[in-house]
Amino acid sequence: MTIETGYNFGYLDENTKRMIRRALLKAVAIPGHQVPFGSREMPLPYGWGTGGIQVTASVIGPQDRLKVIDQGADDTTNAVSIRRFFAKVAGVATTERTSGATIIQTRHRIPEVKLREGQILVYQVPMPEPLFRLEPRVSETRRMHALADYGLMHVRLYEDIARHGHIAISYNYPVMVGGRYLMSPSPIPAFDNPKMHRMPALQLFGAGREKRIYAVPPYTSVQSLDFEDHPFQPIRANAACALCGARDSYLDEVVTDDKGGRMFVCSDTDYCNTRQAAREAAE
Amino acid sequence: MSELTPGFADPVLGAQSCFRAILEAMSRPGRLQRVAGIDQPPAPLGVAAAATMLTLADADTPVWTDAGRAAEDWLRFHAGCPLVASPAEAAFLLATGRMPALATLAQGSEEEPHRSATLIVEVRTLAETVGWKLTGPGIETEHRLQVAGLPADFLRQWAANRRGFPRGVDVVLTAGPWLAALPRTTRIEEA
Ligand SMILES: [Zn+2]
Repeated sequence: MTIETGYNFGYLDENTKRMIRRALLKAVAIPGHQVPFGSREMPLPYGWGTGGIQVTASVIGPQDRLKVIDQGADDTTNAVSIRRFFAKVAGVATTERTSGATIIQTRHRIPEVKLREGQILVYQVPMPEPLFRLEPRVSETRRMHALADYGLMHVRLYEDIARHGHIAISYNYPVMVGGRYLMSPSPIPAFDNPKMHRMPALQLFGAGREKRIYAVPPYTSVQSLDFEDHPFQPIRANAACALCGARDSYLDEVVTDDKGGRMFVCSDTDYCNTRQAAREAAE
Repeated sequence: MSELTPGFADPVLGAQSCFRAILEAMSRPGRLQRVAGIDQPPAPLGVAAAATMLTLADADTPVWTDAGRAAEDWLRFHAGCPLVASPAEAAFLLATGRMPALATLAQGSEEEPHRSATLIVEVRTLAETVGWKLTGPGIETEHRLQVAGLPADFLRQWAANRRGFPRGVDVVLTAGPWLAALPRTTRIEEA
């Protein structure tokens, strides 16, 4: 194991890790409730997932294998930087394979492959408060969470239905956790919401700028808000992946040339690569 | 002052590994986790109880304990935590004799339910294929847990603790190197 000298294991000092660890345990004990923590300055700018990085840094150990994805891809600048950061400050092994990772830090997606026990999914969260667009006063949103008074969110969804005929939220679609707390799933596509429900892996959420941590324990109910006559419907482009042929994965539309050519490909690069390799092997 | 035994052999990795055991225990209530890293915990503490305290307690967390002078000195030295006489004022409680009643501990508020106590109880034995039936978040269908060494009215106290959700106390049970957790969400039925 090689750890660059001059860093504590995992970059954070032990006092900070202890404080974050205490917050994580309370977050797990109260599923969906936002626990404040004393966020530290990290050597990466906000927007680069400093909340997720602090959670990962407080959890990770030499036995772990870390995967980092950004919009489903392992090879973006953001994902590569975070992976290198942990290889440097914790000496941990990294991987691009979802099934081989013990910790997966993510921004904007949940992997397509079903996660299992023994894995921890760490979300980078820009805005933890699901009610912030509807009620900017923190004292008020705290009161609403205390009373489980989420009428404001139902009204907002109902207005969507009145205006568009359906709920027009494709990202960051609000969920109820354990039947009690309204929670932001972070800006994942609504398509991914059902994967959170009773997931065997532990889900941890870190918001660095807003200094909040929250969690969904394994096998916990996560329901997307909806109405009886307008049930939640995860949306996906009606196409097959141009590279692997998948019809069940979340697709990104990519521009292929400067003449307006486009195609749909899996957003989850590991899922797509694995399927392509399997197809080639079968041929 | 009696001679102090060491804390974690490796303070950084010892705490990390113990934290993962506690996080896993809290995420999967009733499942047993084994903790190592402290060779000689002060009597009457087992390895898991001692390691849990060093992993979570520090100068910011008032601690209550009934474990006696040697353990108090050890905690003060290695964790640097203030020790308090009143259970209601503690963030962490470490009970080796009769545990304080759950209702007397910090419950948090409706707005800040996380500002509640965590009670660590050293019990005689823990076993996970028999005993109570646990259900709730973290449990796919049901987990079993058998505990020897809790007060006779524990289940009644626990039911009241659950009714206060989201307020309430979280419990870590330790027996030697083993630990299991009961977050406030866990339902317990007698077998
Ligand atoms: Zn594909």
